[in-house]
Amino acid sequence: MSIGTVKLKIDGVEVTVPEGTMILKAAKDNGIIIPTLCSLEGLTAYGGCRICLVEISGSPKLFPACITSVSTGMAVTTNSEKLKEYRKMAVQMLLAERTHICSVCVADEHCELQDMANQLGVDHVMFERNWSRDEIDSTHDFLVIDRNRCILCTRCIRVCDQIEGVHTLDLKLRGKDSQVIMDLDEHWANSCSCTSCRKCAKVCPVGAIYIEGEPIGHTKRKDIAEFILTRRNRK
Amino acid sequence: MVKEQKNGKQIVISPITRIEGHAQVTIFLKDDDTVRDARFQVTDFRGFEKFTEGRPFYEMPGITSRACGICPVSHLLASAKACDAIVGVSPPKTAIMLRRLMHMGQLIQSHALNFYYLSSPDLLLGMDADPAVRNVFGLIEKQPEFARQGIRLRKFGQELIEKIAGKRIHSSDWILPGGAKWPLTKERADYLLSNLPEAQESALKTIALFKKWLEGFDEEVENFGNFPTYYMGLVTADGGLEHYDGKIRIMDKNGKIVAECIEPTKYNEFIGEAVEPWSYMKFPYFKPIGYPDGAYRVGPLARLNVASYCDTPLADQELKEFKKLGKNGVVQSTFHYHYARLIELLFCVETAKKLLEDPEILSEHVTSKAMVNNYEGVGVAEAPRGTLIHHYKVDPQGLITWNNMVIATEHNNIAYNMAITQVAKKYVKAKQLQEGMLNRVEAVIRAFDPCLSCATHAVGNMPLDIKLVDADGKLVDRKIR
Repeated sequence: MSIGTVKLKIDGVEVTVPEGTMILKAAKDNGIIIPTLCSLEGLTAYGGCRICLVEISGSPKLFPACITSVSTGMAVTTNSEKLKEYRKMAVQMLLAERTHICSVCVADEHCELQDMANQLGVDHVMFERNWSRDEIDSTHDFLVIDRNRCILCTRCIRVCDQIEGVHTLDLKLRGKDSQVIMDLDEHWANSCSCTSCRKCAKVCPVGAIYIEGEPIGHTKRKDIAEFILTRRNRK
Repeated sequence: MVKEQKNGKQIVISPITRIEGHAQVTIFLKDDDTVRDARFQVTDFRGFEKFTEGRPFYEMPGITSRACGICPVSHLLASAKACDAIVGVSPPKTAIMLRRLMHMGQLIQSHALNFYYLSSPDLLLGMDADPAVRNVFGLIEKQPEFARQGIRLRKFGQELIEKIAGKRIHSSDWILPGGAKWPLTKERADYLLSNLPEAQESALKTIALFKKWLEGFDEEVENFGNFPTYYMGLVTADGGLEHYDGKIRIMDKNGKIVAECIEPTKYNEFIGEAVEPWSYMKFPYFKPIGYPDGAYRVGPLARLNVASYCDTPLADQELKEFKKLGKNGVVQSTFHYHYARLIELLFCVETAKKLLEDPEILSEHVTSKAMVNNYEGVGVAEAPRGTLIHHYKVDPQGLITWNNMVIATEHNNIAYNMAITQVAKKYVKAKQLQEGMLNRVEAVIRAFDPCLSCATHAVGNMPLDIKLVDADGKLVDRKIR
């Protein structure tokens, strides 16, 4: 084993990855895709959605693959019946937490939550729905936030801070009451730091932040953070 | 309208079959078991006007069109027109043409659905036929070619919608305040044009057949909701038949135009809405006359009554014949909704051809962009069942603060009650209650083609529960179909 690398098994396949790599990345680099909703290449990991939970032999706990780093001799299972059930449950909780109605959503057919639910076979929600009625902020010239559709993945907050570098967006409150806010909880039009760069809308996995009047398929660009970082590093 | 009375026998038909949505009819009997009154009660409650509050206005076409799976395009258009008014722009000419063409598809598929699938089993197989065969399957067995025409016509209507807007039902992605999102390709237009001759031939054949049937239905024509009311519909600037734009015209029973060139935005100046405690559906009436004497009808019969001409050659020829059926050109019998519906079907096929042959339909300029400029907007369209009005108010952000939707089916509400009372009095004999008698009560409602929710219709096998209740509220007789 060369210095700075770690050998482990993912789904029975032996892989070697650099030390400190997160399981999610280690799996992806070796052709194993672990589903996730909050993780995005180019942004720091957050561990919020709990979709990327994996099993590690020797531990009864489940670990979020995006924030658990590899270690020598680790044996990771990414796709067991137990994990499928937990992932389904996590998606159902996201659907129950706020108001998600695909048929009238701007992101219909371009939504990562919808795709995930389809992929996992979520055909009903076993929890009572909250049917949130949070105020929509469409004061900005073209950016709109409908917090009823937000899954609190914080991709928008991270891209605003880490890529655009302005940190307009942040979270207020805790748990299910958490809300994405602009500056010190201002209306978007009154935010003095927002540069209207649209990156928040590009990375939003659902229809919570979007550009008014623009087909969402044009807006979404999941690789924007990675793309910008690559360009910056070329200098 | 007779108010609720505690005593007296009543017959309940619930649910009514082969209509779109859920409703029931209660027939009230006198002491000698003759019919005193009948009521059409809508048992659905949807709440669209309330739960859309706070939503961005541009979501309204997508949300409100979910009110109905049969005529979603009419809702899309009325809603989009209300949104056009909020942004204060006129859509590009091609977008208007495409919206109009899409609406022709809507009218064709909906009219075909009512006539062939829902109503013709009564007309072709007989009002007293066994309910087990008095449905679209019975129709297919007895007249396969006729049923095929209906299915193909409906398919053509749905394909018109799909080729323009991407989906057959709820194609709300395509429409946009200020126009539409994408143009029509030549390939798709050519495909639609290639299917037009068959659609036109089917419509013509069916009209010819219907006119032959009509000879055997003199009694029904006389007794199926045959009474004077006012009539309302959109017309072009010079009085032609119109479904997408135009002004509202109201006509009285003698053919006198009592309101002309009314801007749809002023609808609430001439339409009042009464509420009765026994139905979720409101009772609109013509305000200058009052409730309930200001009863008016909308839909195909009303549109052909108020229109001076159709503007397509074959439909105009039929319109001339149609107008001869009534005094002063005003046809009063609800039974003739069927005939009017078929003439409109022909008109829509001809109009679709006209639109598709215009090279401008292929222009790629279909979108105008604008932001909220007005805080209020009204949109109106002639849905298959009549004049449909969407009226929104928004805040400066464009979020809905108030929404009023006057659904086409509602306009006829007073007339439904008048019609079922007339039919029940003529046909229902409580002492020898027979299924066919009650089917006639249902059939007159089918003639109006009410659309009570987005629920799909049943094909003649939904349970029909008829209760005969005596003066003390005791169940005397019950028939379940």
